Amino acid sequence: MGRQTPLFQLHRELGARIVDFGGWDMPVQYSSQIGEHHAVRRAAGVFDVSHMCVIDLKGVRVRPFLRTLLANDVDKLVRPGKALYSCMLNESGGVIDDLIVYYLADSWFRVVVNAGTRDKDLDWIRQHAREFDVSVLERTELAMLAVQGPEARTKAAKLLSRVGAATALELDTFVGREIDGWFVARTGYTGEDGFEIMLPASDAERVWHELNALGVASCGLGARDTLRLEAGMNLYGNDMDEKTHPFESGLAWTVAMEPRDRNFIGRPALEAVKAGGGAARKLVGLLLEDRGVLRSHQKVVVPGQEAGEITSGTFSPTLERSIAFARVPSAAGLQVQVDIRGKLLNARVVKPPFVRFGQALVR
Amino acid sequence: MSKVPADLKYTKTHEWLRTLADGTIEVGITDHAQHALGDLVFVEVPETGRAVKAGEPCAVVESVKAASDVYSPVTGEVIAGNSALAGAPETINTDSYGGGWLMRVRPVAGGPATELLTPAQYEKLQQEEGD
Repeated sequence: MGRQTPLFQLHRELGARIVDFGGWDMPVQYSSQIGEHHAVRRAAGVFDVSHMCVIDLKGVRVRPFLRTLLANDVDKLVRPGKALYSCMLNESGGVIDDLIVYYLADSWFRVVVNAGTRDKDLDWIRQHAREFDVSVLERTELAMLAVQGPEARTKAAKLLSRVGAATALELDTFVGREIDGWFVARTGYTGEDGFEIMLPASDAERVWHELNALGVASCGLGARDTLRLEAGMNLYGNDMDEKTHPFESGLAWTVAMEPRDRNFIGRPALEAVKAGGGAARKLVGLLLEDRGVLRSHQKVVVPGQEAGEITSGTFSPTLERSIAFARVPSAAGLQVQVDIRGKLLNARVVKPPFVRFGQALVR
Repeated sequence: MSKVPADLKYTKTHEWLRTLADGTIEVGITDHAQHALGDLVFVEVPETGRAVKAGEPCAVVESVKAASDVYSPVTGEVIAGNSALAGAPETINTDSYGGGWLMRVRPVAGGPATELLTPAQYEKLQQEEGD
């Protein structure tokens, strides 16, 4: 048996199928994974993401600490509540984890890291926090719900006070703040609008029931995965890990090479990649033109180049065909083939995202 | 509890078999199997005329989550694959014992077959696997 979130019993009562995810017993689906996917694209769904690890970092030198620790630059965060997506790299430029960091106050930042990487992340962060006198506190008492979909914000706001609801509905994209004792952020992992809400574990079950009563569908990690892949968002462990750097993982946009005097961990390794003519491989989106389903680790045959590999693949419920991320040689063109059980099927290289705000962006 | 019709035979790998009037055998996956796989999105059935051996993978069913092989329970010749499933794989979720059939095989007389289970034995297997 793995670790359980405060909502575990409720998931069981709702008939969820439970699977192991990064050492946690998590709901993969309640009734139909495709049904849950469409609920988020068309209306609203709620996910239990309490397994994710919330870490508060406090100290007078927390900003310089994060400017060293992260590949993106927290100096982009000028307004309290603003969030930033970043990789945390090792000395070789490999990705230890990807995370969201919130600027809450001059001496208080909050990071949210993946469940499966919690232990090594905490070790790494603590190791480097020492010389900056930054305290590292895991907020295990918080539950986290992601309410996502075109109707998500208006429905979730009904659970807040009148003033709280107005405040929540005024939040800009990628901004969070404390509202009625909860931390409400306009973030997500689905390609739809919505909130991620950190709240006391004791509130979580009641809130889930109230959201269900408002027509917000219970959604599992299965739908979360198809939604994030359609939205063109990487999954740690699939699409990047410690052996791959951001430039070959579709994450160059998250690395702040300017200003040049910011010496973040991994920078020399990335400079060397650039000096050597850039990354030898790239992460691309694939759209399968033949019938079948792309899956991670399938071989990608690239004309005149070395073979590549699918890193994440699935059936896209919105496009009703198969999509994937694949790591291929940088010189790969727009047409490739994928080896599925010994058959070579045609796939087209496309620029993610595949779907945003309910709309197909590729066809 | 998943449905286990009394007039069919089953395999340990979650296929069902129906013996038709002409002696041919219709094969599909069980309700338990479709439930475990979740929403089916792709099905590959064998071509007519293909010779199959008992225990050999001869069809593939894929859900959003995973691909799964379907094994031929008998040795013989495929006389039909259910081509209607190409455009409607979800039929296996809604009607696994009817419209969701995968293939029909004419078994070689006296040929080998995988170990077949009665409905009662299959129900017991499901329970052991935690249905």
